[in-house]
Amino acid sequence: MSAIVEGRTGPFEMVIGLEVHAQVISKAKLFSGASTAFGAEPNTQVSFIDAGMPGMLPVINGLCVEQAVKTGLALNAQINLVSVFDRKNYFYPDLPLGYQISQFTKPIVGKGIVTIDLPDGSTKDIGITRLHLEMDAGKSIHDIRPDATHVDLNRAGVALMEIVSEPDIRTPEEAGAYVKKLRSLLRYIDTCDGNMDEGSMRCDVNVSVRRPGEGFGTRCEIKNVNSVRFVMRAIEYEAARQVGIIEAGGTIDQETRLFDSQKGETRPMRSKEEAHDYRYFPDPDLLPLRLDPAWVARIKAALPELPDARKERFVRDFGLSPYDASVLVAEKENAAFFETVAKGRDGKMAANWVMTELFGALNKKGLDVTRSPVKAEALGGLIDRIKDNTISGRIAKEVFEIMVETGRDADAIIEEKGLRQVTDTGAIEAEVDKVIAANADKVAQIRAGKEALKGWFVGQVMKATQGKANPAAVNQILDKKLKG
Amino acid sequence: MAKLTDLTLKAAREGLAARNFSARELAEAHIKACEAARPLNAYMAETFDQARAMADGSDRRLKAGEGGLLEGIPLAIKDLFCTKGVLSTSSSKILKGFKPPYESTVTAKLWQAGAVMVGKTGMDEFAMGSSNMTSCYGAVTNPWRRKGDNKPLVPGGSSGGSAAAVAARTCLGATGTDTGGSIRQPAAFCGLVGLKPTYGRCSRWGIIAFASSLDQAGPLARDVHDTALLMRAMAGYDPKDSTSVDRPVPDYAAALNGRVKGLRIGVPKEYRVDGMPAEIEALWQKGIEWFKAAGAEIVDITLPHTKYALPTYYVIAPAECSSNLARYDGVRYGLREKGADLAELYSKTRAAGFGPEVRRRILIGTYVLSAGYYDAYYLKAQQVRTRIADDFRTGFERVDLVLTPTAPSPAFGIGEMMDDPVAMYLNDVFTVPASLAGLPAISVPAGLSADGLPLGLQLIGRPFDEETVLRAAGFMEEAAAFKAEPAWLGEGRA
Repeated sequence: MSAIVEGRTGPFEMVIGLEVHAQVISKAKLFSGASTAFGAEPNTQVSFIDAGMPGMLPVINGLCVEQAVKTGLALNAQINLVSVFDRKNYFYPDLPLGYQISQFTKPIVGKGIVTIDLPDGSTKDIGITRLHLEMDAGKSIHDIRPDATHVDLNRAGVALMEIVSEPDIRTPEEAGAYVKKLRSLLRYIDTCDGNMDEGSMRCDVNVSVRRPGEGFGTRCEIKNVNSVRFVMRAIEYEAARQVGIIEAGGTIDQETRLFDSQKGETRPMRSKEEAHDYRYFPDPDLLPLRLDPAWVARIKAALPELPDARKERFVRDFGLSPYDASVLVAEKENAAFFETVAKGRDGKMAANWVMTELFGALNKKGLDVTRSPVKAEALGGLIDRIKDNTISGRIAKEVFEIMVETGRDADAIIEEKGLRQVTDTGAIEAEVDKVIAANADKVAQIRAGKEALKGWFVGQVMKATQGKANPAAVNQILDKKLKG
Repeated sequence: MAKLTDLTLKAAREGLAARNFSARELAEAHIKACEAARPLNAYMAETFDQARAMADGSDRRLKAGEGGLLEGIPLAIKDLFCTKGVLSTSSSKILKGFKPPYESTVTAKLWQAGAVMVGKTGMDEFAMGSSNMTSCYGAVTNPWRRKGDNKPLVPGGSSGGSAAAVAARTCLGATGTDTGGSIRQPAAFCGLVGLKPTYGRCSRWGIIAFASSLDQAGPLARDVHDTALLMRAMAGYDPKDSTSVDRPVPDYAAALNGRVKGLRIGVPKEYRVDGMPAEIEALWQKGIEWFKAAGAEIVDITLPHTKYALPTYYVIAPAECSSNLARYDGVRYGLREKGADLAELYSKTRAAGFGPEVRRRILIGTYVLSAGYYDAYYLKAQQVRTRIADDFRTGFERVDLVLTPTAPSPAFGIGEMMDDPVAMYLNDVFTVPASLAGLPAISVPAGLSADGLPLGLQLIGRPFDEETVLRAAGFMEEAAAFKAEPAWLGEGRA
């Protein structure tokens, strides 16, 4: 896919903006002390304010504010020292107050930038419009009984950060990279766990199309898309749909749509959204939120190293390619694992082992790096044995497989299996002589100029030594003997 | 026993401390008075058993030489306060049968101080009204009667039940809430003292919200001293209310030294409204003379945006109420009417549960917050509100207190003014500006109308300067020497 959709009548460009709802990591809700733990029995984590009981008042959870500020700083964004909570009024059974407390005109975080990493190693800056804090609604469950709706208020009042991007995204891949980068950032600073399958990160996707060089087209908003893959598929479908309408002479209606992941299509949402007027106004139960600049500065100073800085460092200190570095830093656990492996070793070699062998093995087992049977120190030990010529790279892969299955150290496996590389040139020479003697015809061919046959001789010698011969020594001796 | 109900709160405290009578005896006397006063319909829920149990607890503590500021004092609580396990409905059908599993901060503080609850008092539905006519429990009758006329009168509103309960001497004091005058106007109509404290002085936690930026709890009592005692027990910072203010609560009664010499009393010319009855004008003048005679300095001031206060209030309060009352949707508690679908459940429940005045204000509030009207109404009203507050700020550079009438008329007859909401809203013309500015204001009975009904004068003070307000109120009380009693007491004794 490219930035351009080829229509029947010519090319179109996609314009994409994302609104990401990220659940704040906090034990208590945004305005109440009720727990936010995932997976509890319905309606067991509900305080009086969450249930909208008469006379109950919201009190802001300071930790959630800190998390939003932290996130704003990680997004290179402006922190607004004064922000205001507004009420967004609408009726729905999973909204007990009859309004959502959100931030409308004065959000806690203003403009910022997220740099996304693209597969060709390049980067692109995506503008952040704003980040605001708001409370989540509860959950309506329509499929328990045909004649009734059940409501679970456990989620009602949980703190969300809504992170709004500028319409700077041009392809589904960029959108995917943006969501991944945002998730990576949030996980680095522990402000959101980024678990899209548990709903702690959800995306609303705004899509429009235009002919290159024209102004913005009419956009449609696709609500509540809950995986990176679905975000990309929803955009593809929606862009194609809009191009189809325009090319057929139609116009795009600005509307809210939902993505059906089963059918891979978007369709208009139920009429619940019809002509909503949310009647936003400042919540009189909450005073404007005022932040102390010194407090913000302290949070900034305490921020951990973020993915972009880490990526730069990996490129600089370990000689990695920008793309490899961006893959390694995306998850902070992976980055930490890599750093332990690479410390005092060949960085590129460490990166290859981590990205190819380790990630490959973990993928097969469905594990993440924190549950890897091969610890970082052990993988480093294996690389050390390659470097000091104890084993060859090929044997190392064998050893690694055993490490994955048993979790044992490289050294123990090498000793037990007798995999130590033969560097005794006398022994290698004897094997070389045997092979040459048994294959006089092939020796003649080489000497006649068929150089490529040398590899076959190397293979034979390696086979005879069960792979333990040092490949460099084999090559060297073969060269000498074959020349005659 | 009837004598015990004639005591002021202060005198009752002294009597209890001297063990002249027990808290239980005091409670029984007031329970009897409550029973006798049932025709007034002041209470929507009686809690006599609870009162007896609480009084017994007080007696134990008094016997042990312990006891709080209000130990053993029988009080009535406005139905807007959530009281644990006791009907708390804001006198609305939509909260029919609602008994909260929690206690409001203000009432919890009163019980902590040893007070005894005799019952919950009726009010205008959701505190919207100035007559107590909009209660789902029916009108409350003012214990006062016009001279030579038996026509039942309103007690004012919205804290009309509380005012009637205190005036009929069924309790020694009561809680009210004041959003635009709901403590001060009924206090004036029933010949009582009523204090609306500074916004943020009392916690709003557990008080059913009408207009959050204006609602404030306060006491209604027979005199200024009793008011000061109740105020001390009710006030205080509450971390559960983000708009409550963290500052120490003074001993208000200690401030009542009667001295007003040198105090600068502001008289705002804008409060001389068209059509104000001459007797109210005359009473106001009398008040000015009292202060002048006592050595206070009378200063003519201007509060130029006063005339916009009422329309501003009737934009902001409905806007907030339209949102605050959205939670009464029939889904979780209170009234639920069956509907074929969700929209019908909502509309039928809310149509059946809210009375006409509440519905009117929800509609106004929804309208002024709507896209396209927000700037012209709500935003403009907020800007005017700031100007009104600035007027007072400027005024208080030159004066210590502002003196005005409390209401433009004495109590009116039950059923009157019901067909003209705007005329009804005019009841709040003198009380609303202080509400919008968040200032403390008190109504003190200062005289009688020509037909024998009590009239109040209002003192408005600087933010959190309840002490000066109460001190001057105490002086005015003495100067007015208001001794008239409601007709009900005469009938009751007869």
